[in-house]
Amino acid sequence: MSRNAVFQALGSESVSRPPSKFDYAADRTFRSLAIGCAVLIIALVAYILWEIGGAAWPAISSYGLDFLVGTDWNVSEQEFGILPQIWGTLYSSLLALLIGGFFGITVAIVLTQHFLPPRIAIVFRTIVEMLAAIPSVVYGLWGIYVVIPAIRPVANWLHEALGFIPFFSTSLAGPGLMPAVIVLSIMILPTVAAISQDALQSIPFKTREAAFGMGTTRWEAIFRVMIPTASGGIFGALVLGFGRALGETMALAMLIGNANQISLSLFAPANTLASLMASNWPEAGAIEQNALMYAALALLAITFVVNVFGTWIMSYATRHTR
Amino acid sequence: MAAITPPRGASLAGIPQLRASRFEGRNLKNLIYTIVALIVAGIAAIPLISVLYMLLSEGGVRLFGNVVAIFTELPPAGFEMGGGFGNAIIGTCVMVGIAALISVPVGILCATYLAILGPANRLATVSRFLAKVLTGFPSILAGVFAYAVVVLWMGTYSAIAGGIALSVLMLPTVILTAEEAMKMVPQRMKDAAFGMGCTRSQVIWSVVLPTGLPGILTGVMLAVAGAAGESAPLLFTALFSNYWMSSLSEPTASLSILIYNFSGMPFENQIELAWTASLVLVLIVLVFNILSRIFGRQKY
Repeated sequence: MSRNAVFQALGSESVSRPPSKFDYAADRTFRSLAIGCAVLIIALVAYILWEIGGAAWPAISSYGLDFLVGTDWNVSEQEFGILPQIWGTLYSSLLALLIGGFFGITVAIVLTQHFLPPRIAIVFRTIVEMLAAIPSVVYGLWGIYVVIPAIRPVANWLHEALGFIPFFSTSLAGPGLMPAVIVLSIMILPTVAAISQDALQSIPFKTREAAFGMGTTRWEAIFRVMIPTASGGIFGALVLGFGRALGETMALAMLIGNANQISLSLFAPANTLASLMASNWPEAGAIEQNALMYAALALLAITFVVNVFGTWIMSYATRHTR
Repeated sequence: MAAITPPRGASLAGIPQLRASRFEGRNLKNLIYTIVALIVAGIAAIPLISVLYMLLSEGGVRLFGNVVAIFTELPPAGFEMGGGFGNAIIGTCVMVGIAALISVPVGILCATYLAILGPANRLATVSRFLAKVLTGFPSILAGVFAYAVVVLWMGTYSAIAGGIALSVLMLPTVILTAEEAMKMVPQRMKDAAFGMGCTRSQVIWSVVLPTGLPGILTGVMLAVAGAAGESAPLLFTALFSNYWMSSLSEPTASLSILIYNFSGMPFENQIELAWTASLVLVLIVLVFNILSRIFGRQKY
């Protein structure tokens, strides 16, 4: 029986009718639009890689791989190298990950392991989430007028007392690595805390009860059972937090001092790839712009690898804790 | 871990003493860890309080004492006193508006594909993965991209380029939250609509989108809040302007770039304005954050 025959058999009283030509056309248009948008995301990522690569091409062909290991950024002699910036990016992000990761995971533990009464926990969770809402430039401004004056006496005391340790080998004149790292760790704290909380919360309650039933104290349960069980998610949180830190721009451009040097000292000015771009771009000529595009490509490569790795860990971890 | 010692008094009465003291062995360790953890968590709350205090004390006086000038006057030059940043507020709103106009429809359409039309096929899996990777995409690279595509093509820095750069950053947030919201729509509601003979797009338009709307709006508000606070991409696309905006294809002022420019200036007046602009920017971001929470609270 054909479809039309079905509707004829229903008689003229029936309100049901087959989808009209318009319905079919609308359905098809809508679905192809949706498919188009899904394809668009893939195309967008490919186009971003292509465009940045294309814009960097003149610099790639003239400087080659020496660009990655060169240490000078000299516009007048057209010598460009980004090793100090790569070093600064990785060093500052690692230090920030150390501090922000420690605080973020502790916050996640305090919030998920019933240390606080529920009402206070909600307030505290909101405070931590709000840290993520403050724009980067505002952190930069705050860093200039609050963090730098606050840590300068401590930094200079450390330099005078313990100056023989490479980490304290210079004094903090103003902008420098340490203020940048502090602000950076505040900025990645909410990311780490939020993802670690998800990981800790997805552990079945009976796992925890089993640990308590064995007679563990609360922290023995946390260290020996909860953290190992959630380790995949927590590791993913750290990797994604690291990815955030690598690409952070404005606060660093305002705080890190923009000095192209490689130093272990926590108080020396340094530079990162992103802040190099932000601070040099407005006055850059055509050749320097190409070199900056090459730097952008290097940053893109680093963050892309880190983020793909982090996203992959997260999908692996969520698949295996359920 | 401390060795487990036989409980005190066990041999005397023949009954083990089951009540452990708070200050011995493992319990003491537990107590110390708890105190340290609470102190660490408390330290994590200090930055936000300090930022908010600075914003109110440094920027509040100027904002509440001189509201009209702040919103209607142009940024002052070097040694000028007074002034405001009306053009930057307008510029930020216009660019975020352009970004929302692009990213909201595209993002929601993409999310319908990811959540309803092809949840498990290869195209959906790849798109979803790339959207997740894009959430961690450095914002400055969105600016570089928009520069290479739009600014070089138009020949000038513009609000349009700024909007496009911001839309790249808003897209993943919109897509991923809208997808989650649409997945939360109960299967039986969709089944009921299919059972009545709806086409797939009718199910999406009349059942899934209206039901998932609060969740979708949450994502949109979060994306808008994030985009309003962005500055690095605007440096490459919209630049800055000291004048009122007259068209979409000219350099445009924004609050975040104003803060960046003024923060490094040696003049009291400009630094004060940077704090005031920060306060206004944080208020805008907070309003959208609170909106997202209000929408997110309605559960179905």
